[in-house]
Amino acid sequence: MNHAIRAEGLVKRFGTTTALDGVDFTVDAGTVLGLLGPNGAGKTTAVRVLSTLLHPDAGHATVGGYDVVRDAHRVRQLIGLTGQYAAVDESLTGRENLLLIGRLLGSSRAQSRHRARELLDQFGLTDAGDRAVKTYSGGMRRRLDLAASLVAHPSMLYLDEPTTGLDPRARTELWTLIRSLVSGGVTVLLTTQYLDEADALADDIVVIDHGRVIASGTPDELKAKLGSQTLSVRPEDETHLPLVASVVGELADHAPDLDGQRVTAPVTDPAVLPAVVRRLDDSGVVLTELALRNSSLDEVFLSLTGRPADETEQTSTERMLS
Amino acid sequence: MTTLTDTPPAGPALPARVSPLQGMRQSMTLAWRTVVQVRHNPWELGDFSIQPIMFVLLFTFMFGGAIMGDWQSYLTFMLPGMVVMNMLFVSLYVGQGLNTDLTKGVFDRLRSLPVARWAPLAGRILADQVKQAWSIVLVLGVGLILGFRIGTGLAGLLGAVALLLVFALAFSWVAVVVGLLAPDPERVQIYGMTALFPLTFVSNIFVPVQTLPGWLQGLVSVNPVSILADASRGLMVTGAQAGPIIATLIWAAAITTVFAPLSAWVFKRRV
Ligand SMILES: Nc1ncnc2c1ncn2[C@@H]1O[C@H](COP(=O)(O)OP(=O)(O)OP(=O)(O)O)[C@@H](O)[C@H]1O
Ligand SMILES: [Mg+2]
Repeated sequence: MNHAIRAEGLVKRFGTTTALDGVDFTVDAGTVLGLLGPNGAGKTTAVRVLSTLLHPDAGHATVGGYDVVRDAHRVRQLIGLTGQYAAVDESLTGRENLLLIGRLLGSSRAQSRHRARELLDQFGLTDAGDRAVKTYSGGMRRRLDLAASLVAHPSMLYLDEPTTGLDPRARTELWTLIRSLVSGGVTVLLTTQYLDEADALADDIVVIDHGRVIASGTPDELKAKLGSQTLSVRPEDETHLPLVASVVGELADHAPDLDGQRVTAPVTDPAVLPAVVRRLDDSGVVLTELALRNSSLDEVFLSLTGRPADETEQTSTERMLS
Repeated sequence: MTTLTDTPPAGPALPARVSPLQGMRQSMTLAWRTVVQVRHNPWELGDFSIQPIMFVLLFTFMFGGAIMGDWQSYLTFMLPGMVVMNMLFVSLYVGQGLNTDLTKGVFDRLRSLPVARWAPLAGRILADQVKQAWSIVLVLGVGLILGFRIGTGLAGLLGAVALLLVFALAFSWVAVVVGLLAPDPERVQIYGMTALFPLTFVSNIFVPVQTLPGWLQGLVSVNPVSILADASRGLMVTGAQAGPIIATLIWAAAITTVFAPLSAWVFKRRV
């Protein structure tokens, strides 16, 4: 099996902080790996190691078969990097930014111009192409930054939180773009804090926290393992709790939790909700609360790290029925 | 874990390193970028154009008479040193540009490209030499309009410019270190100015060293800025003197020897 990207036991420390604490993962050629984790998990550090900007303190990594430390120059010929913060020269125009990279890569003036025009067009920046980047909106900067990482037609693309700070429309546009790159055969390593983004784009997901991989698998596997939504049911009569628990346990794929007055369970299939309602109705159980809410990333982490789910907050995506 | 070796792709092997020639071309491209930046922000050119013109005018007419009896003699005395002072201030732009690239992430992008490791820095310094040449011509031009006369001829003038550029190149490393240490571009200017004002004023640029108290004379004469000012005066006005020229070159070599490795070290710690 030929892995496009392989990280083995990566360790990186900054003073007393251990940003990466033995991270392993692989990315198959032509697929998207979503590196999912909260703030400070080590996502950017992993990307920086894989793009030769940082040397790992231990472990090693190969990209396209080349070692990121020993063969850094070769790795750089394969990759395109879109960092967490747009890395474009604000005092130049969008076109000049792209031209600069083309020329640095050794293309002729004419080739560089052609590629710049092509990319500006592809990213909807033709009209803004001759304006200084400091006049661009956040979304335009992001797009230019992505375009800049594509000048060389890289076969591996690193995207570090590419949609953070974008409005929903710009976000879906970027998703479409990423998908079209992938269908063109590009291997993508994508970091994100959003479960739905990883779900929408990634073939495989690696969840990291505190510099360690805490889960990995396809989006479906992870969802099956975690439940993408949480069902929460509260009967009016406390004595009905065991009955509610058994019904929920039967219909949901996971054993329910009993906490205080409520029965909660992770569910993947939204159809569970009406099924539960019907069954409990038939049994004459009156409910004071019935809710299905999306698991937030926090809950995913909580369930992954085995700590009890936090009860105090209910998210805005909550759907209340009673 | 089994050692599955991922074989590099078939086909022509990718080159393992950048050739020096490619590195040079990349440096030129990055220098071009700095020149384009100036073209987009002509006020930046004003930054290092207006101030030296103002300084020449102020010193010549405000202090010239008081220091030397008449402003014409003072202009002849002070102008070569003014060129030196301006050169030092312009070299701060290397540090400022470098710091901007670091804080804006442009440096990361450049380092993720298959580009010679030294090209971003070399490109900066190269572009800075263009700014240096411009500022030297500007200060000399203003001087010539006011009545400054080259006493030595073209060879002397070119010699002076060459010496100034050599020293500027060496001093760029100091600016690089400041650029790497400062948290943001504004701070590069602040730190740089704070260091450069005493360095240039405690020198013989503006006043003849004999007018100073004895203890200060000693300090002023060892200041490399005085030595370079002396060398420039010689080359432009009174006739070249080997002493200060050689001393300037030794200083340039010493500064490079200390600050080039230092900047490499600071760089490793910063990124
Ligand atoms: N240059 C550095 N110096 C010191 N500490 C660092 C440095 N870079 C990262 N860290 C620390 O390493 C840890 C991992 O940081 P990293 O930037 O990789 O996280 P992340 O997953 O990208 O977070 P975010 O979602 O906020 O971008 C954090 O605790 C961070 O403070
Ligand atoms: Mg990050």
